[in-house]
Amino acid sequence: MSASKADMERIDQSRRRFLISGSTIAGSFVLGVSPIRMARADVEAGTEGERQLGFFIEIQPDGNVVIGSNQPEIGQGVRTALPMLVAEELDVEWSRVSVRQMPLGIIKTADGYAWKYGGQGVGGSTGLTENWNFMREVGATARQQLIRAAAARLNVPASSCHTKPGYVVCESPAGEIRYEELIADAARLDLPDMSPVLKDRRDYRIIGTRLKTVDARDIVTGKAKYGIDTREADMRYAVIARSPYLNGRVRSFDDSEARKVDGVLDVFKIEGPQPRDPYVILASGVAVVANSTWAAIKGREALKVDWDPGPNASDDSETFWQQNAEMLKSKGQVVTDDGDFDRAMSEAETTIERQYTLPFVSHQPMEPQNCYAHVEEDRCHIIAPTQMPSGASRAAAAVTGLPRENIRIDITRVGGGFGRRLTNDYVAEAALISMETGWPIKLQWTREDDVQNDFYRPAGLHEIRAGLDDKGKITAWTQRLASASKYFRRPDMPDENLWEAELYPDDFPRNFVENFRLEYFHNAIGVPRGSWRAPGHNVNAFVIQSFLDELAYETGQDPLQLRIDLLGEERELEYGGHGGPTFNPGRLTRLIKFVADRIDYKEKRPEGRGVGLATHFTFGGYAAHAFEVTVSNEGQLVIERIVAAIDCGLAVHPNAVEAQLQGATVDGISTALGQEITVKNGQVQQSNFHDYPLARIANIPSLFEAHILPYDNTPTGVGEIGYPPAAPALTNAIFAASGVRLRRLPIGEQLRQAMAG
Amino acid sequence: MISFTVNNQAASFDGDTNTPLLWVLRDHLQLTGTKFGCGAGLCGACTVHIDGRAMTSCRMRVSSVAGKNVTTIEGLAAADGELHPVQKAWLEIDVPQCGYCQAGQIMATTDFLNKFPKPTDEDIDNNLSGMICRCGTYPRIRKAIHRAAEITEAGE
Repeated sequence: MSASKADMERIDQSRRRFLISGSTIAGSFVLGVSPIRMARADVEAGTEGERQLGFFIEIQPDGNVVIGSNQPEIGQGVRTALPMLVAEELDVEWSRVSVRQMPLGIIKTADGYAWKYGGQGVGGSTGLTENWNFMREVGATARQQLIRAAAARLNVPASSCHTKPGYVVCESPAGEIRYEELIADAARLDLPDMSPVLKDRRDYRIIGTRLKTVDARDIVTGKAKYGIDTREADMRYAVIARSPYLNGRVRSFDDSEARKVDGVLDVFKIEGPQPRDPYVILASGVAVVANSTWAAIKGREALKVDWDPGPNASDDSETFWQQNAEMLKSKGQVVTDDGDFDRAMSEAETTIERQYTLPFVSHQPMEPQNCYAHVEEDRCHIIAPTQMPSGASRAAAAVTGLPRENIRIDITRVGGGFGRRLTNDYVAEAALISMETGWPIKLQWTREDDVQNDFYRPAGLHEIRAGLDDKGKITAWTQRLASASKYFRRPDMPDENLWEAELYPDDFPRNFVENFRLEYFHNAIGVPRGSWRAPGHNVNAFVIQSFLDELAYETGQDPLQLRIDLLGEERELEYGGHGGPTFNPGRLTRLIKFVADRIDYKEKRPEGRGVGLATHFTFGGYAAHAFEVTVSNEGQLVIERIVAAIDCGLAVHPNAVEAQLQGATVDGISTALGQEITVKNGQVQQSNFHDYPLARIANIPSLFEAHILPYDNTPTGVGEIGYPPAAPALTNAIFAASGVRLRRLPIGEQLRQAMAG
Repeated sequence: MISFTVNNQAASFDGDTNTPLLWVLRDHLQLTGTKFGCGAGLCGACTVHIDGRAMTSCRMRVSSVAGKNVTTIEGLAAADGELHPVQKAWLEIDVPQCGYCQAGQIMATTDFLNKFPKPTDEDIDNNLSGMICRCGTYPRIRKAIHRAAEITEAGE
């Protein structure tokens, strides 16, 4: 389980086909087996099904429309954006729309499982893009059926009918019929053998408009339900005391005091995975089940567990960094090698070499992990806040041995994802506990559990070396990375592929520098790792965008001009990684010029004040940041002003795009300022927000502009795009203000120390 | 048995009197709008009002609210359903992303605005930095606080 890569691949493959049987047609409906299929056999007169057009659309007698959202809402806005696509093409008033969360839909096929409601899962900023055509077609197909039903009723050709919001309008004889009066007829029509015609962009009434979050009222009144709010009949509450040692095990435990805690019902051991095996759950431990959350927590406090520290007991961050530095002195795995790097370096006028250190960081969504599970003899019910419901289904199947079609996965609103909930270890834990006890249980993690048991953003030591000619043009570039690969302990993952999660060969500045090499070294420290908002990019953008500034400084060039010269005009370059197939560097040029202009980049600033820039292409989308900061003589940093800009092609739901850009920027600041997970004696040293600090409102200036620069008619992803350039723009600004170059994150006390000394 | 008032209704709890108010609200009274964030008074997600004052509930023993008035997010709007100005402002500015921390943010802000009816940005920074929003909605929170102050003043 746990392989979010496998999940992503599954999504990549499956989303493009609305596969239910063996036959697939890319990007269009398969007659009779599409998610919009009318399923007449399922429709009984006088039932709710009669008012449904396929799985996604229900038109109520009063004309209100309920639209199903098949994706988990983790704060990125899909529960608004995807129904917007359906409503646009269905042609209804947005004010009449309400949204219903759909569960996981999978169907057993001859050779495995297929999606019932289209691919489900949110990661890699694909929630909107992978559903862009699909959801519009869902709406357009339904609209087409309503038109046909109206035409049949009025006995006119369908071609003489069109729609206005909520009505089919026919001519000669003139007449208009409300959707709600047509729905039962429309639901009984066969689907025509053609894809529906989609609206022209000029006719959009909903897409691209500034709509509000559909659940906002429930949220501000406390009614919105998250996983943690689940309460089912006869439910018990569980927590787990997990090994504080990476790969440690329970040697023995004494539960005599724990069982005396009022409300504690059961205590038992949970077996963890073998070291180096793929994770189903993260750790060995002892489960405590009680009749309330607090009783379970108190019971856990009263446990005495004798831990076998296991094979990673000597893992230590200091050693980790020494090992990385040592590795960089040798030759690693060369994974990309364009031109003749060594020769270009030897012929270069100037050579520059720098190292950058990026720590392990933790996800820390505000809603701690939790999961409801009820395992019965022949079935299982899971209610989980998850980004990857199919992974939840696989996790529960792995634990229970039940066939996946007998496992129901309900998706709640999710209190933050950031990549943490691509992995469903907490679902597997909950299923284990329910299976052991036979009770429906809700597993609750505490914040400490969450900080100390995570799939952390990989840490690494990056070395960049570049050669420049006498005109300051970069002729050679290498990035050499020693890191703890995210792909460590993934199923069927050969060692020689570990680099693929850490270095993306087609990223800038490959294809901009003739002699280009990427080299990788793996560090097998026992820290679990996983996808963290903008994986790979979240560190590489810092390294590349910092180094460009250093090159500019060392060769007397302007950091903005150097980037503009390098990136150049608009053109499509091949991009083989996620977010491809092409990358248009001119879109970055436009953004960085824009943010520089907005922040008055060229204006001279007094000493102690400076501006920094950065830009990056992430998973198909483009972003740039300009930060203005002041640094006092004592090293006190104040972020004075931020200008952020995103080019996500067509912004379907601009309100959420702006929110994501703001949030990703704050996230970039938050991680850069103070976040680091360290290990000593095989144990994670941080435990809660006092030693793993998140940005507060005081860290974020009121002068903060978030701009959306429209591009074309195709939306790109949004959630991760705004993250990567934020931190390097900040540290570049710090350098401009103070002359202190920060090559290690988090910033922590480094700036104070540098200014003092 | 601990007796107190929650959202103007009588409530009682006869379990372990050391149980934090948060878990009494969530598990026993089924008022799940108040959220568990850190259990250590570090993030503010569990903020409620005790006799009108914003306080975190994750470490507050239920015994300490005996005889007191507790208001949770579910009880913030008027009895007729009219939203509190802070809730109105939150909707107008469309603050939430994941939304998980927002009940706490709103409860903290309502009390803050009682003390600072026309807050400056500095007032906000100095008084609301106990709150965490992991999604980073701070720019909109700031805007919504100012807007809530306007709504309150104008009696909208």
